[in-house]
Amino acid sequence: MSSTIIQVKNLVKKFGDFSAVGGLTFDLYEGEITGLLGPNGAGKTTTIQMLLDIITPTSGEIRIFGLDMKRHREEILVKTSFSSPYVTLPGNLKVWENLKTFARLYGVRGIDARIRELVSLFSIEDLLPKLTSRLSTGQLTRLNLAKAFLNEPKLLLLDEPTASLDPDIADRVLTMLTKVQKERKVTMLYTSHNMAEIERLCDRVIFINHGKIVDDGTPEELVKKYGHEDLNDVFLHIARQETR
Amino acid sequence: MKLHRINALLIRNLYLYKRSLPRLMDIFFWPVMDLLLWGFLSVYLNQLELGAPNLVTFLLGGIVFWGFLHASQESVSVAFLEEVWEKNFLNIFVTPLRLSEFLTSTVLVGLVRLLLVGSVMGAVALALYHFNIFQFGFYFIPFALNILLFGWLVGIFITAVIFRFGTSAQVLAFGVLFLIQPFSAVFYPVSALPASIQWISYLLPPTYVFEGMRAVIATGTLPFATLGYALLNNAIYLILVLWFFYRMFARVKEKGLLLKLD
Ligand SMILES: Nc1ncnc2c1ncn2[C@@H]1O[C@H](COP(=O)(O)OP(=O)(O)OP(=O)(O)O)[C@@H](O)[C@H]1O
Ligand SMILES: [Mg+2]
Repeated sequence: MSSTIIQVKNLVKKFGDFSAVGGLTFDLYEGEITGLLGPNGAGKTTTIQMLLDIITPTSGEIRIFGLDMKRHREEILVKTSFSSPYVTLPGNLKVWENLKTFARLYGVRGIDARIRELVSLFSIEDLLPKLTSRLSTGQLTRLNLAKAFLNEPKLLLLDEPTASLDPDIADRVLTMLTKVQKERKVTMLYTSHNMAEIERLCDRVIFINHGKIVDDGTPEELVKKYGHEDLNDVFLHIARQETR
Repeated sequence: MKLHRINALLIRNLYLYKRSLPRLMDIFFWPVMDLLLWGFLSVYLNQLELGAPNLVTFLLGGIVFWGFLHASQESVSVAFLEEVWEKNFLNIFVTPLRLSEFLTSTVLVGLVRLLLVGSVMGAVALALYHFNIFQFGFYFIPFALNILLFGWLVGIFITAVIFRFGTSAQVLAFGVLFLIQPFSAVFYPVSALPASIQWISYLLPPTYVFEGMRAVIATGTLPFATLGYALLNNAIYLILVLWFFYRMFARVKEKGLLLKLD
């Protein structure tokens, strides 16, 4: 078995009396792409933000690269990246200014070469001199992804990264993610509401609802277990289970 | 602290200044307008020959130092609000950036702004009113540094309040300086205040700075005791403000507001 990248134990997040995450325990392994699935409000974004130390957990333990998040935030975050269309880069900077700023924040060596490589990977070369606020939603998403790769992350947390991408670019992004996974053994935690995408990309899926793990397994295992055609039906099955 | 991360945020701010007229006007235009208004008033007062020898110098000194205070507070607050307006906090704090590095960079942005505002105002005051801020040379510098420090502290305090309570609190936050102005002996000595409220003045570092500035003008010597009090007061505020800032940041992370900051 490959080495453990993330260890989460009894992770709890309460906002006042409301329990957004109610005791998650899971491990993620090197080079795996894991889908974090669940209905709106299930606690996916909250969990990801705790893994980034943006939200402080109420209780529980997070270890990434074998290090305790409470004491080793800096070492962990240098090798971790995050991308999501709901957090965009400053609109009043030009695209190249944004990329340079974040490359500097990560202490990237050979910034210009790195940026050139990434903008061509995400086909955003032409956008470099533009103001970020002028970009279309899909272009912003690609810029965000390019930013996430600046520091050559060992761990990538992606919160609905393909939402708002056109099918062509979405397909290319998925291909690219699979490629870096193979070539660089990048570990990914991935949320999406597109089940076809999850089936194509993810080695494993964790289903959560109301902040608790409902099921955990490979997409094939889960489809079989619930006796359905595909992951979409499994999602409906699990999401509607208790409201019935 | 890592220099390259502080540097990253500094350059990010320079990118903005380079092409923003309002930001450039904050440095090169508005402070001059301010100075013109007060300068003409001083000229007029001079013509009245009120008999107080240093009155006009006191007044202009007060204006320049108050301008310093205001500019240093504003530069810290604006550098911070820049990130709020652009919803950039999540982006910068998912990098290894530390809070101390973020603070240092806003303070440094402030310093650069201030050097510019200071030289513009100093030059205009000299050209139009023959008021030379270096007239008393090195004696002014320790007081100027103290007023800068206090400006940063107020800026960081405002930052902490907005962090925690959102931009709806900014109107209140930006009022802080005007709240203390009457008690800070900017244009008149503490002794001009009613005895029963003078204690408020002595709790505020700017009081010692303005009193010290006038003492330099009046006597041409450096009032060590006043300078010492200014430093001591500032040191206490420094500890309180940093404690408050770190606490508010921790609360924001507990409440999950970093993404929801507006
Ligand atoms: N800062 C906050 N303060 C209070 N409640 C919050 C906060 N952030 C999230 N919540 C609540 O916690 C729950 C989980 O939210 P979260 O954003 O993690 O859901 P999600 O699984 O990402 O949903 P979606 O699929 O819609 O993105 C929701 O009920 C939400 O209202
Ligand atoms: Mg979400």
